[in-house]
Amino acid sequence: MEDEVIKKFLYVNRKAPYGTIYALESLEVVLIGAAFDQDVSLAFIDDGVYQLKKDQKTSVDSGAGMKNFSKTYLALGDYDVNKIYVDKASLDERGLTADDLMELVYEDEDDDYKEKSSISIVNQEEIAQLMEQQDVVLSF
Amino acid sequence: MLHTINKSPFETNSLETCLRFARAGHSVLLFEDGIYGAFKGTRFESLITDSLKSKNIYVLVPDVEARGMRTDNVIDGIKTVDYAGFVDLTVDNKTVQAWL
Repeated sequence: MEDEVIKKFLYVNRKAPYGTIYALESLEVVLIGAAFDQDVSLAFIDDGVYQLKKDQKTSVDSGAGMKNFSKTYLALGDYDVNKIYVDKASLDERGLTADDLMELVYEDEDDDYKEKSSISIVNQEEIAQLMEQQDVVLSF
Repeated sequence: MLHTINKSPFETNSLETCLRFARAGHSVLLFEDGIYGAFKGTRFESLITDSLKSKNIYVLVPDVEARGMRTDNVIDGIKTVDYAGFVDLTVDNKTVQAWL
């Protein structure tokens, strides 16, 4: 399309997954944005890093009985959402490392569809730069 | 007295304020996002370890598992409870103070 406009969208996620509705709502908006072929990046800061924690179990029988939406993050790569930035300082103060996070991957169509990690662990300077480069920043 | 904490200690100061006012022998239950205070390696570990010398601290297991956190990584001395254990705590204590 000639008049197609692609903007850079950054979604900033700073809340833990189940105590409030922010994390789930953010994920919904990210998927909607991806359907419009925009240039999407996700940042996970503060308690937002808990959204990516692996092994979430919320079964109705034995668990907290909420919808486990963590598996949806695994599908982001298929929607060309593959720029996921995680703040290292936020992981550190929570006693977490990259190994505690889900393995989010995408297939790189420019590199023979090789499977690559979508997650980058970054410092505060890199996140600040990322924020500065955006057309739109949405905060959850 | 039973104190309940349902907010992440990284987001509000409920846990810190609760532990400041809770008296020796009181019980504190961490549930919902409050469970994030229960783990080794966080910046709240020493506060919890100190508090355990005089207070009972509990964490609700279904909320730990929902969030992908591990019960074997809970700070030594914190007791794990299920929903039935939560009910027992509310029955065994004359008053419940919910720190929001």
